[in-house]
Amino acid sequence: MSLAGFLRTLLIVGAVAALEIACRTGAIKPTMVVAPSAMALGVVEALRDPEFWRHFGVSVQAVAIAMVIAVTGGFCIGFMLTRVPPLRRAVSPFLASYYSIPHIAFYPLLIVIFGLGRTPLIFLATMFAMVAMILATMAGLDRVPAVLAKTARVHRLGLVDEILRVRLPAAAPHILSGLKLAVAYSFIGVIAGEFIMSTEGIGHEIAYAYDNFNNQRMYALILIVLTLVTSFNMSVFAWERRMLKRRGL
Amino acid sequence: MTAAAPPRASISVRNARDPVLVCAAIVIGWQLLHELAGDVAITAPLPTLSHLLHMVGQARFLPHLGETAMAFGQALAISWIGGVVIGLLLGGHKLTGEVAEPVLVTLYSLPKVTLYPVILLLFGLGMQAKVAFGAFHGIIPVALFTLNAVRNVPAAQLRAGRAMRLSGVQQARHILLPAALPEVFAGLRLGFSLTLLGTMLGELFASQRGLGFLLMKAIDLHDVETILAIAVLISAFAVSANMALLAVDRRLRRGAAPAGHGA
Repeated sequence: MSLAGFLRTLLIVGAVAALEIACRTGAIKPTMVVAPSAMALGVVEALRDPEFWRHFGVSVQAVAIAMVIAVTGGFCIGFMLTRVPPLRRAVSPFLASYYSIPHIAFYPLLIVIFGLGRTPLIFLATMFAMVAMILATMAGLDRVPAVLAKTARVHRLGLVDEILRVRLPAAAPHILSGLKLAVAYSFIGVIAGEFIMSTEGIGHEIAYAYDNFNNQRMYALILIVLTLVTSFNMSVFAWERRMLKRRGL
Repeated sequence: MTAAAPPRASISVRNARDPVLVCAAIVIGWQLLHELAGDVAITAPLPTLSHLLHMVGQARFLPHLGETAMAFGQALAISWIGGVVIGLLLGGHKLTGEVAEPVLVTLYSLPKVTLYPVILLLFGLGMQAKVAFGAFHGIIPVALFTLNAVRNVPAAQLRAGRAMRLSGVQQARHILLPAALPEVFAGLRLGFSLTLLGTMLGELFASQRGLGFLLMKAIDLHDVETILAIAVLISAFAVSANMALLAVDRRLRRGAAPAGHGA
């Protein structure tokens, strides 16, 4: 392990230990933060609870649907925009300021339109995640070296072959970072929506535990969600690394 | 000078034309959606605008607007200033930067809404929690962009500074900041958007005042007109502020890069 990596691990372990000590000695009240060991116990308890798995499943399903739509749709739209420059010129100022709009402000409207089910959540998460994917796709396709495109032409590849064998792999690193963002944004959309107004899902469970002063459960649920997202991001990151290494970068 | 003016003007007209067309398309789409779904689901553009103007004119609306503006302003100040300071510190010291960067990247890609209840427990209900949540969203990207900007400052400039025996503060003020400014500014722009998002999220969940609170109340009353009016108000503010920041961004980049190398 590198020195920086070692120090980082030391820092994180130290922070968790300090938190544990502060909580055990009563310097931090359990009404604010519960001790890390209590969080771990809460995680084990939650994982044994069938009710937790139901809410968890509902949320993950919504995130997965939103993510699939956002990633495929975003990719197709991004691809199309690179092919039609006038359209891209027209749309790009809006794409550039898209993430400055607090989408969550439209959630109330979506509830009015779609009703209080899973649809407004999935819609919100999809809208939130898709533009990250569009931007990443365009950034990736823009940076495909001209020499690769020329090589494809030399080999007389058809359009489909050129896209699948040359352009996509060359643009993959950017597209993967779009994928990571899309996951985070889908989670934000779904969980924020569930916090505000929902009858089921992991966000609702967290808000419910908060309302009932059940801090141990609340922290446990938060920890589970964050661990899930982080491990997903890390596996995408590892995949990215492997791909770059294969290209000698 | 005068000879070059006409073509530049025509280019800017063409650049402005397409976005205006898209704007028109959005309004037409909105109107069509209204025709399809009716007043129950979505009000038409014109009545929404007049309702917005009517609302802004009312005395009881202003305190809510002020509350949100106040929370956002404080959060923005914290995330901009705090983020730049953290980024400068981490970027200035190589090992510290290497230790901290992956932690920051992980924090950045977390869905931070999940942590909102924790913020509420720590800061209590009210203004502080909103400010803290907004700042928490904005400060990390600002710090990350500043960190990378400082790291990419050419080594020759730093060596020149050391040769002139600049102190740490002078080094930061006269060399690091000017060289890193374009990228730092890109971070500030992102921080602006995310701080706004965080503040709005904070207001929607457990709040007694502010635009977010008005939105939640409008849901309970099924007041579509108000929901849309507030959403449009916030979006218009966000988009126009972002356009202004983008314009500054472009100018900074033009100043930083030699002609022909501009991004």
